[in-house]
Amino acid sequence: MKGFWQGRRIPLSWLLLTRQPVRLLVALAGISFAGILMFMQLGFRDGLFDASVTVHRLFDADIVLISPRSASSVRMAGFPRRRLVQTLADPAVEGVTPVHWGLMLWRNPETRRNRAILALGFNPDDPFFNDPSLDAKTGVLKQKGRILFDQLSRPEFGPIADWYRQGRVVETEIAGNRVRVEGLVSLGTSFGADGNLLTSTETFLDLMPQKPTGAIEVGLVRLKPGADAAQVVERLKERLPDDVSVLTKQGFIDFEQNYWKSSTSIGFIFTLGAAMGFVVGCVIVYQVLYTDVSDHLPEYATLMAMGYRLSHLLGVVMREGFYLAALGYVPAYLAGQGLYLFVRDATKLPVGMDLSRALTVLTMILVMCMLSALLAMRRLIDADPAEIF
Amino acid sequence: MAAVIVENLCHAFGQGEMRRQVLQNISFSIEPGEVVLLTGPSGCGKTTLLTLIGALRTVQGGRVNVLGQPLDGAGRRCRQQVRRQIGMIFQGHNLLRCLSAEQNVQMGADLLPGLSYRARRDEARQWLRAVGLEDQMAKLPQDLSGGQKQRVAIARALAAHPRLLLADEPTAALDSRTGREVVELLQRLAREQSCAVLMVTHDPRIVDVADRLLQMEDGCLLNAVQ
Repeated sequence: MKGFWQGRRIPLSWLLLTRQPVRLLVALAGISFAGILMFMQLGFRDGLFDASVTVHRLFDADIVLISPRSASSVRMAGFPRRRLVQTLADPAVEGVTPVHWGLMLWRNPETRRNRAILALGFNPDDPFFNDPSLDAKTGVLKQKGRILFDQLSRPEFGPIADWYRQGRVVETEIAGNRVRVEGLVSLGTSFGADGNLLTSTETFLDLMPQKPTGAIEVGLVRLKPGADAAQVVERLKERLPDDVSVLTKQGFIDFEQNYWKSSTSIGFIFTLGAAMGFVVGCVIVYQVLYTDVSDHLPEYATLMAMGYRLSHLLGVVMREGFYLAALGYVPAYLAGQGLYLFVRDATKLPVGMDLSRALTVLTMILVMCMLSALLAMRRLIDADPAEIF
Repeated sequence: MAAVIVENLCHAFGQGEMRRQVLQNISFSIEPGEVVLLTGPSGCGKTTLLTLIGALRTVQGGRVNVLGQPLDGAGRRCRQQVRRQIGMIFQGHNLLRCLSAEQNVQMGADLLPGLSYRARRDEARQWLRAVGLEDQMAKLPQDLSGGQKQRVAIARALAAHPRLLLADEPTAALDSRTGREVVELLQRLAREQSCAVLMVTHDPRIVDVADRLLQMEDGCLLNAVQ
């Protein structure tokens, strides 16, 4: 405590900033703008990556089998269903569920325009979702030609949810076959799919007659309690031929995200956007601190003549950078929250503030301000106390 | 021991053809508590001499000893330590614009080691009272008159308990009456602290406050006048 009181000094950095409120406001506006830019770009990026696996996350499975020819959720290839049955030979496997997965052309019942929708086909008696409320709804699919429609789908598919809630019979066409909406579910859109529908295996195969029989796109494997998924994956890889890929559930999610991250330019573009925000912020803070140091050069020189050390003055500029970062972050954070809300509303993408992104942007803003402070300090070296007489 | 001892001090600016000798063989000393005035036409090297004694420049030739510390050949760190014991008052007041009068003075008191924040603040207030500005403590420099600013500068210089005070034309920006007041105040306070003072001035009206007068011309010291 004694050390604290001895160490306490006049908050020079704070006063240097706050006694010029207009300049401070301009600086904060600039920093906040850079922060918002970073929040936006990173938010979009993460939101899009998150969105690409909304459906993947719903699966109640420990291990997932897919074809090695599958590139992503929008280009899923089939593999022999036998492979899924073969996994039952492993003592740790409790049960398996075959799932059909593919894009279909949905006709908007209002405008009669076609649009690709992601369809999942499965046995209605054997639902596989994490969410028990979803499992409860699948019973209606036992009748042929019935589907469950994702009410979070984009409006381009037609006012399906509204019509359904009004009690109307909603029917439309998929690939020339009549289907009826028998319920609504909430899954969410993604990069690849603007909308989703669930149906039974039978209906699915009716709608996609060109699919080879005996082939499925996704095989879900549930393990007995206590089994180690990674070990079972290794065993299955050894046992099964290489016409099938064995992934943990996380591996399945990573497979999808990696496609969007590495095989498309989306990740690069948004990361570049965030980097731009960083650079713009650096330029603004550097300008502010540089002018600030230049303006106060005689005063800094006076302090040096009085016997203050250069390192003490460098600390003053560093603290100015720190205060700018802290003050500029708050409005950026709040505006980020608001914009995320807006984007969620407009795009139905799961864009939200999470702690790690909040911290990433905070770190970026801190680095930005400190870096600029370091650069502006070079001006301080020019403060020659002998020149002020 | 004398507060300042200068022996055969030489100093030059520039290189080669442009080299210009500003100080030649200057020798003098100042005793503790002595008030010495340095006069001479402009450009004769007074300010250079002041900056050398103030440990703001490196000594080129000769010997300079300030408060027992030799400055010839002294490094940055050593000169900074010496500066802490020297109070400086400039032609312009050089106050920090963003700080109030009290805070400006405290910037001087903050150099004192081992004192709590409160003690340093009280020190600053006491010095402001000593220069007669107890009503103006919270004002920013822009709201003070020229004489008041210079008095704040004096308080700031003295707040660090210096043993040597260097002043470069402290009255230059002031009218004659205020100038006179400021210098008398400076002299009185320095005496009370038994702090040596070296003051550069053009102003003939303040000569009588000095114990001793040094006159310079063309980089040389003329014979000392008592």
